[in-house]
Amino acid sequence: MFSKILIANRGEIACRVIKTARRLGIKTVAVYSDADRSARHVAMADEAVHIGPSPARDSYLVGDRLIEAARRTGAEAIHPGYGFLSENPGFAEACGKASIVFIGPPPAAIHAMGSKSEAKKIMEKARVPLVPGYHGDDQSPDLLAREAGRIGYPVLIKASAGGGGKGMRVVEEPAKFADALAGAKREAKASFADDHVLVEKYLTRPRHIEIQVFADSHGGCVYLFERDCSIQRRHQKVIEEAPAPAMDPERRKAMGEAAVAAARAIGYQGAGTVEFIANQDGTFYFMEMNTRLQVEHPVTEAITGQDLVEWQLIVAAGGRLPLAQDQLRIDGHAVEVRLYAEDPARNFLPSTGTLVHLRLPEEGPHVRVDTGVRQGDTVTPFYDPMIAKVIVHDRDRTSALRRMAALMGETEVVGVTTNAQLLKALCAHPAFVGGEVDTGFIERHRESLFAKLQPADDRALAVATLARLVEWQEATDAAARASGDPWSPWTRQDAFRLLDDGHDDVRWKDGEREVAVIARRRRAGGIRLELPGGALDAEVRRLEADRLAVRLGEDTFTASVVRRQTGDGVDYTVFADGASRRLRLVDPLDVTQYEAAASGEAAVRAPLPGKIIDLRVKVGDSVSKGQPLLVLEAMKMEHTLAAPLDGKVKTLRYAIGEQVAEGAELVEFEDEG
Amino acid sequence: MTILSSHVDTRSDTFKRNAETMRGLVEDLRRRTAEVRLGGGEDSRKRHVARGKLLPRERVRALLDPGSPFLELSPLAALDMYDNEAPGSGVITGVGRVSGVECVIVCNDATVKGGTYYPMTVKKHLRAQDVGMENRLPCIYLVDSGGANLPQWPEVFPDKTHFGRIFYNQANMSAQGIPQIAVVMGSCTAGGAYVPAMSDETVIVRKQGTIFLAGPPLVKAAIGEIVSAEDLGGADVHARTSGVADHYAQNDSHALGMARRIVANLNWKKQPSVSLLEPHEPRYAAEELYGVVPSDNRTPFDMREVIARLVDGSELDEFKHLYGTTIVTGFARIWGYPVGVVANNGILFNESALKAAHFIELCGQRGIPLLFLQNITGFMVGRKYEAGGIARDGAKMVTAVSTVNVPKFTVIVGGSYGAGNYGMCGRAYGPRFLWMWPSARISVMGGEQAASVLATVRRDNIEARGGAWSKEDEEAFKLPIREAYEREGHPYYATARIWDDGILDPVDTRMALALGLSAAMNQPIGQTRFGVFRM
Repeated sequence: MFSKILIANRGEIACRVIKTARRLGIKTVAVYSDADRSARHVAMADEAVHIGPSPARDSYLVGDRLIEAARRTGAEAIHPGYGFLSENPGFAEACGKASIVFIGPPPAAIHAMGSKSEAKKIMEKARVPLVPGYHGDDQSPDLLAREAGRIGYPVLIKASAGGGGKGMRVVEEPAKFADALAGAKREAKASFADDHVLVEKYLTRPRHIEIQVFADSHGGCVYLFERDCSIQRRHQKVIEEAPAPAMDPERRKAMGEAAVAAARAIGYQGAGTVEFIANQDGTFYFMEMNTRLQVEHPVTEAITGQDLVEWQLIVAAGGRLPLAQDQLRIDGHAVEVRLYAEDPARNFLPSTGTLVHLRLPEEGPHVRVDTGVRQGDTVTPFYDPMIAKVIVHDRDRTSALRRMAALMGETEVVGVTTNAQLLKALCAHPAFVGGEVDTGFIERHRESLFAKLQPADDRALAVATLARLVEWQEATDAAARASGDPWSPWTRQDAFRLLDDGHDDVRWKDGEREVAVIARRRRAGGIRLELPGGALDAEVRRLEADRLAVRLGEDTFTASVVRRQTGDGVDYTVFADGASRRLRLVDPLDVTQYEAAASGEAAVRAPLPGKIIDLRVKVGDSVSKGQPLLVLEAMKMEHTLAAPLDGKVKTLRYAIGEQVAEGAELVEFEDEG
Repeated sequence: MTILSSHVDTRSDTFKRNAETMRGLVEDLRRRTAEVRLGGGEDSRKRHVARGKLLPRERVRALLDPGSPFLELSPLAALDMYDNEAPGSGVITGVGRVSGVECVIVCNDATVKGGTYYPMTVKKHLRAQDVGMENRLPCIYLVDSGGANLPQWPEVFPDKTHFGRIFYNQANMSAQGIPQIAVVMGSCTAGGAYVPAMSDETVIVRKQGTIFLAGPPLVKAAIGEIVSAEDLGGADVHARTSGVADHYAQNDSHALGMARRIVANLNWKKQPSVSLLEPHEPRYAAEELYGVVPSDNRTPFDMREVIARLVDGSELDEFKHLYGTTIVTGFARIWGYPVGVVANNGILFNESALKAAHFIELCGQRGIPLLFLQNITGFMVGRKYEAGGIARDGAKMVTAVSTVNVPKFTVIVGGSYGAGNYGMCGRAYGPRFLWMWPSARISVMGGEQAASVLATVRRDNIEARGGAWSKEDEEAFKLPIREAYEREGHPYYATARIWDDGILDPVDTRMALALGLSAAMNQPIGQTRFGVFRM
């Protein structure tokens, strides 16, 4: 076994690998870019090496620096994690040349599966069922369009070198093929430096089922059963579970053996995943093989009781697989959700920012949390915006989903928008709980999953108001302590009046509704709150930074309230009763808002940091509302920004290729007429 | 320190009867105050709000630090005067905390006759400025007033303590480094135009505030020019062109936010020149004050029972406990601030006057604020006492009270009659704050005594001319006199005329004193130089 390894990755997977290595007594070396200088994985590792600027192409994708770092620190092996260089045969080869063990399959195997069209050829020979499609070298748009016609719409365009939804387009009709192709190629080029694409039949209600395989250098090869990863959004997995719902033992065996055959066909070693696309009737086609550890590997670990990273290390060190096929069993059911910094309501637009407040579920016998961030860390535009993976293991699927829904309700994140509420809604959705699984689930159940924002309840308003009162009290007390008159009666907070009852009002904007909560502090202590639903007596005490102990009417509870200054106001996020609610503070006396109003003009601002990759208009153009203005590439996605109004383009502040910050003014208009 | 022990039986019938009487008085006080708080009435308030303006009490509240106290002054000014058409005399004044600084706030109530100045409006405004001057408190004027009430001009305009004094005070306070801040939230006409113009810093609200020496009607009459109020003296004119205003606000809230910011930038530092201790509540409940004061104000009571319910920990270290026992003097703390208490416990004799003068000297020497608790029918009269020099010893006390240079506070708990009012720091003796209890009476003498004196003079006249005056006739003569004294000696009559700073619910007394003491600490306590004591 190795005595020291380098982890050529970041985030939760780096942390996860370090955890196993530590358990096995193996020293770890982390690597980090500028943006990750104080990241969690750096803090967790025994040592850490800086490998370059923030963009991945200048740091985590620079193989030479990683190998150099390993050499310098005396690491005997490199664990690539997933993404980045994990499936780059060149890197695996370079490791070999440097006499450093690449913890993964042999370069040839990576290479064989790296190109999807190559992989399919191999599988075709092995008589594994394939989805009808075109995997040819001729990439002329006309030919591709003709092939699409032959396969029959809808079709899917995919980057041959791709994965993770990048460079991927579904095309519903021939008229849209050309545009979609151009977009896919552009993304493919940007992400993989290779714009080679393939075209396939698009299944309408497909399931995504994958088999975990493991092979060693002694000819051993097993499958660790399946994972169902059908719940996806924009071709990215959101929820993964094992075993797959409605999987019968025969089909499991058939798929598992096909996967083992596939692995053997390319001389595979280490952890790999064979992905199938399955119809509702159970028929399945080979999609691709991922020659690395998958994001969702923990569900397999949960049901098999195995540590797949440990297996990887054993195999890479030349050992035999710890268990044979007949020794592997499925125990219970596991579900994993990916908690992302993204806004489901805005088409899953990634959300970047500082994790001002972060309360993830607590780990326990049924709960595992894999994360690479801590409160105070920043979700940057440079990398995948995943905050954490939460894995639940329970005796059956229903129990696991129920537990997960509750955990998502208790998950508290402020600073970025997350998909926690969507995950909660999914895990509690009757159709999903009932076993309805396919990749179109989220889109089809959009209405019920993306619940319309209900007005905040009195409890949320009360808690936010109490938080505000506590802040006032604390600020007043602190000022008093620092003054020459520390016990001044003027610092009392009960709004003392002669022959009158004093009160304060705290106003909130809840969506479009504005609510004023009247707070009357009693001289004898306690607060009377006048809420939309009636008046309640309350008491409040701060427990810790963002946590309050509250008594409201007859109820006593604790709640988290996080105050956050944003670009255009102050938001209070209240977490209580398994739900979160964001309320915008309305303070008519805050003079800054009037200053902002005075200089307000129509402008298009960058919704997130990124690079301008296309300008569709020029200065002086008249545009109508909704007309595309420019394309911003951010987090490896293309975002088309449209005109917010009818008007004339007055200024274009950036040129193609320029990097822009979040909130940067991109286009300025002058009103016409 | 010595803890006062109460001898009041809170379960006795007397106590309950007293409490019932006092609660009745307080209830009436609250009811009348609540009426006055509505200003110019429902219609007028609706019109005010419809213009996009905040009501005056909302303006004050918004200006103050959240949750902080407001020590309102004379809320019942002009009560039962001017046919009750000027509730509160059309202006709200008081001391409140703005951006952590205790300030005097003067807020016109435009719902009351357009915020125009009646004689009592002027008096209340000037009294608020006195509070600012004496205690060194920044003054904020929330202006929304049509200026002098024209029919009342002879009582408003020309004299020393009339309208002009407002600007004189502004100039002199500014000269003393006491900030003057105006927020123009409505009209500011004629003389009123000088409130913002004389201020150190001025905010004006767009489309609401106007400042001009002469309004459009007068301009038309004088020079034939036709101009709108906005074009004549609106926010744009003054913030952009004339420079009369310094800050341009979008609305009332914005303006008040700006005023708070102005105060935050004053670089104001309060450095109390007394020793401070952590405050402690009295050992006896404030509510018991209701039952401590007899319902018949001719019945004497021990003022220590009141002191025990006002001072920190009910602790009073008495001075000359055994001497001149009709006055109680001693050192205590209220809300951690030191006070020298001078409290009546009967008629003032020579010894009591000497004791009080001595104690006041001590406080002057040590820079300790003084609290006077009045329940005084006067100095002792009669041949023996005149010959014993009661006037001489009374003069010593009055000299001490007049010239001692520490903050003084007066609460009229019971009677405040004749020279007793003077010796015990009545309004003329410059207490920083003077409050009355609902049980108080203030007169040159008691109604019965006055009626008797006047009846005696009349009887002497009649009988000198050989006439006769029946007992019935005398009684008929005395009755209206007694009634007039009862009416004019009543706290409502006094507070309407701003002889005090307001009538207190007794349970609020400690807090009012604490706030007043704390506010007074903005003015450093200087050295005392007493006048000649007649020996």
